[in-house]
Amino acid sequence: MRLEDKLYLDGYKIDEIGGSHLVIKDMSVCLNCELQQCLYICPSGVYDFDAERGEIEVNYDACLECGTCRIACQYSNIDWRYPRGGFGVSYKFG
Amino acid sequence: MSNLKYDVIVVGAGPAGLAAATVLAKAGVKVVVVERGQFAGSKNVMGGVFYSDCMKGIIDDFPGKAPVERHIIDQRVWLLDKDSFVGFNHKNELFNKKPYNCHTVFRAKFDSWFAKQAADAGALIITRTLAKEAIIENNKIVGIKTGRPDGDIKADCVIIADGVNSLLAKSLGFRKEIKRESVALAVKEVIGLDEKIINERFNVKSGEGVTIEVTGNFFNGEAMAFIYTNKKSISLGVGMVVEDLVKNKINPNDLMESFKAHPSVVPLIDGGETKEYLAHLIPEGGYKDMPKLVGNGVMIAGDAAMMVDAIHREGSNLAVTSGKLAAETYLEAAKTGDFSEKSLSLYEKKKLKESFVIKDLKKYKGVPSLLQHNKRLLQQYPKLINNAAYEILNVNGISKNDKEKLLWKNMKSQIGVSNLIKDLFKLWRNVG
Repeated sequence: MRLEDKLYLDGYKIDEIGGSHLVIKDMSVCLNCELQQCLYICPSGVYDFDAERGEIEVNYDACLECGTCRIACQYSNIDWRYPRGGFGVSYKFG
Repeated sequence: MSNLKYDVIVVGAGPAGLAAATVLAKAGVKVVVVERGQFAGSKNVMGGVFYSDCMKGIIDDFPGKAPVERHIIDQRVWLLDKDSFVGFNHKNELFNKKPYNCHTVFRAKFDSWFAKQAADAGALIITRTLAKEAIIENNKIVGIKTGRPDGDIKADCVIIADGVNSLLAKSLGFRKEIKRESVALAVKEVIGLDEKIINERFNVKSGEGVTIEVTGNFFNGEAMAFIYTNKKSISLGVGMVVEDLVKNKINPNDLMESFKAHPSVVPLIDGGETKEYLAHLIPEGGYKDMPKLVGNGVMIAGDAAMMVDAIHREGSNLAVTSGKLAAETYLEAAKTGDFSEKSLSLYEKKKLKESFVIKDLKKYKGVPSLLQHNKRLLQQYPKLINNAAYEILNVNGISKNDKEKLLWKNMKSQIGVSNLIKDLFKLWRNVG
């Protein structure tokens, strides 16, 4: 089963106004990062390398709020917060 | 919400926070629970086993009408290898007698019900509201700032129960960033299946449930996994310590798919339909990684305090118990109106210390680092045991004596006699 199809099953309220609750502090750190753990460690594939723009893209609307990226990033380069109250993932089962 | 003053603010509507709130509300304390999710439970995830005993003194006649799935009568353990497992299980009619030892639950439903019990007892539950930071006056925590306009709430005491990531505990300096070795990421799928099919596949009647805990060497690393039965679905999860995920460059969803494709797992979930995909961190560092638990006007409970006994898959019962003990500590302190760190230290120094929470965490304090630093235990031994089982059971004309010699030779070459003795000793010291 593809990850996209799994994520489609999860309830989610996107914060269009507040924007991303995950912010990369300094993109140049990522571009020089030899391991780029965020690209493989996120269970919902939030982080993606955008070759055209030459940057790591943050698809915050897929975030399951687990916190793994923050802990895995060797340069502590992710400003990880919770989404605003009422936004983000909302599980039916849990 | 400005100028709101309560006796106690509880941050987080999980088992720790809701246990605290229920106990406090029943004692007539003015308590508010601040929860960031759309409803209590909407952000909350666990494998699914909830032990009943911890609810004594909080909810009468638990489970009563609580939304539980199946009570567990059969507990299985699998030591997994690539195409096989060696397992043992314990099924007991005593587990079919009320009060049931434990049930599988869905936390979104369960915590929502628990919040209703707290509210019925008189607690105010405010959802969709993020507790952003503590309000500190004269070196004492006197409330929290929420994400709402004019959203300051004040109280004599704050109970922090905001879960494993506990940004509040971190911002207060009660703990540093969680170490990669101290936390496991678990991903889980809820897989819908017909109730009758589950009963047949797991050899139980309706209402009765099975848990399978899995450990061993698969996907190039040591993963833990579980398969739990619900009424009309199976909760299937797989987890790995974050340090190991990083080192082995493993994508958690790939890990999940590889487990689902294991020949021993396939027939159990065949024909099922995935209903939800979840991810959550499990604080496995145990006793050694617990934060500071008490400050002026504040106590920390549950996952936020790293209270998980990973080898017994216990967490929510430690959360409930710690929440209850924090509430009891508040009630004691309220007699004198002294909510200083010294007064509230009763929570840590006496209440928790005398409960199973700290006793168990302390007993197994060496286990997380033992497993982290001794890769033989969860990788090589399961493989060796699987090989041994196969060799013994596979009849191929070789005498049993020769087979035993071969197995011993394998053990010596792969692990070594001195390592075997050392490992057994360490296991006995840390787990026995």
